[in-house]
Amino acid sequence: MSSSDTPDTDVTEAEAVEVDELREGVVARLREVLGDGVVEHHIVPNCDVWIRIRPDAWQAAASSVRYTLGARQFGFLSAIDWQPSPWRRYMDSEVDKAVHGDEPKPLPEMTTGYAGGETRFQVFARVANIIEHWGVTLKVDAGDTDPAVDTWTKVYAGADWHERETWEMFGVRFEGHPFLRNIYLPSGFEGNPLRKDYPLLSRFTKPWPGIVDVEPMPGTDEEPSSEEGA
Amino acid sequence: MTAVSDRQKLAYLAGQAADARVNVELETEGMVLNIGPQHPATHGTLRIVARLDGEQVVQAEPIMGYMHRGYEKLTEVRTYAQITALINRIDWVGSFANEVPFILAAERLMGIEAPPRAQWIRTILFEMGRMANIILFLGDMGIQVGALTPMFYAFRDREFILNQIEAVTGGRFHPNFDRIGGLKDDLPKGWIEDSHTAMAKVREICDIMEDVLLGAEIFEARTRGVGVIPPDVAMQFGLSGANARASGIDWDLRRDTDVGLPYGQVDWKVWTHPDGDSFARYWVRLQETREASLIVDQLLDTIPSGPVMAKVPRIIKVPEGEAYVATENPLGEMGFYVVSKGDLNPFRVKIKTASFNNLSITPWLLRGVYVPDIITILGSLYFILGDLDR
Repeated sequence: MSSSDTPDTDVTEAEAVEVDELREGVVARLREVLGDGVVEHHIVPNCDVWIRIRPDAWQAAASSVRYTLGARQFGFLSAIDWQPSPWRRYMDSEVDKAVHGDEPKPLPEMTTGYAGGETRFQVFARVANIIEHWGVTLKVDAGDTDPAVDTWTKVYAGADWHERETWEMFGVRFEGHPFLRNIYLPSGFEGNPLRKDYPLLSRFTKPWPGIVDVEPMPGTDEEPSSEEGA
Repeated sequence: MTAVSDRQKLAYLAGQAADARVNVELETEGMVLNIGPQHPATHGTLRIVARLDGEQVVQAEPIMGYMHRGYEKLTEVRTYAQITALINRIDWVGSFANEVPFILAAERLMGIEAPPRAQWIRTILFEMGRMANIILFLGDMGIQVGALTPMFYAFRDREFILNQIEAVTGGRFHPNFDRIGGLKDDLPKGWIEDSHTAMAKVREICDIMEDVLLGAEIFEARTRGVGVIPPDVAMQFGLSGANARASGIDWDLRRDTDVGLPYGQVDWKVWTHPDGDSFARYWVRLQETREASLIVDQLLDTIPSGPVMAKVPRIIKVPEGEAYVATENPLGEMGFYVVSKGDLNPFRVKIKTASFNNLSITPWLLRGVYVPDIITILGSLYFILGDLDR
């Protein structure tokens, strides 16, 4: 058995020591500029990097990645509501019952994703360096009840529309944004649709479209088995 | 930080100068011109409110959301297989190209890799989607500046591509063919030979467009120097795809990122143009279409044998994690930021579409242009309303 164990451990060790110098370098350079403004980072080797910024360093982080690290290509800016949805998936579809059983499970605890997080709302943005060919996702905690972060429009002019969208969808205020107003929704719209506690209203007026409504063939009493659908 | 405020100050001064220039000759009364929501130049329902002074635009503000379907909310309650059907409808003329980045993001989270044959067919269909999309633009741009003929050529020859896509997937507009771990089916018999013929037709229409439009004096007069985007501004606004490359930015996700598609196995080049005006955007897209047909020709010749589907569980549950995968779609960078909590459905999907970024530059770009140039600029930026509103 030991002979078969050894290659396994070798593989895991090789994975553990796999170092992505490019992305480690990105994090190190950003730490050099921002100091303790960088809270946490997460690297998937040769793939991607996530960096969490302290809220008061959010705007400085933008100018650092743009002017010091050369990530001049703006990608997008949006937010995540980490609270589990009280509505779940409106679990009335067959596939849900097959996995979860008929009884709905209790709501899970709130957990955050890569590079951690402390608050319910998190704003994240993606920028890329098109010469060195890397992209980075920057995250920042926005708060629990009245989320707000600094604006990026002073550094990336293109963040304007993205912040307006985030504002109407999540209710995240962007301090210093020239004119926060709705971009997709009508101006009198109430609520923030992409918050997890905002229900998907069509689910209350129409039945779930995922239910496969198959009538039995005439002359057979049996229900069609759910295995056939695969 | 000083560099930032200086730049802002300069932008402000430039805006003031534009205002002064507009108002200097005749003290005229302003006028508000409403374009849309139903207007042929907007490819759907987009409204543009332009404040004019004489013939010049002082300020233009696009108003959208007439087609917002809330896909980001819907993805939170649907399974991964159902989402593929939804995201077909984002960029409806590029069809298959929408599915690829989402499937690749899910595959990255699950640690699955599609077999080589599936990746090859994916890339072929991806490029065919690009051709179907951009040929429409090549004809449509003519109509925006008053040339009717190219549109008919474009719609006629686009059929050759759509027929090929239909032969494989069964759908002309919404294939819904990509699966996590591979593809739904293999290629039908005789498809490779037919595709070679179709690719020759694509190159033919590119030649026609070059003769009919690019050489035409009126077309050049209408597009040269209209809507110039400097590279630095383009990057700030996150322009991608042909719009960025027409501003001299040498950036193509097909070449610059490795997401598993076999672009590295093919001999091709990225086309750029230094001018950054409407003409450059048309020219780059024309070259890209021809290049795409050459890519497909090479891929058709080197397609490996083997299965088209990897082993995947029957009920797909994606492990916990986050992934952002972006591909070079016909309209530009399209990316899916998928956050999974290990459930049947994603926890959050941020859909980064190219048109949203490409259009966000218009308030900056339309300032100070003449009214007919609004149409030229919007046409050359080339957005699809489904891709903008999602």
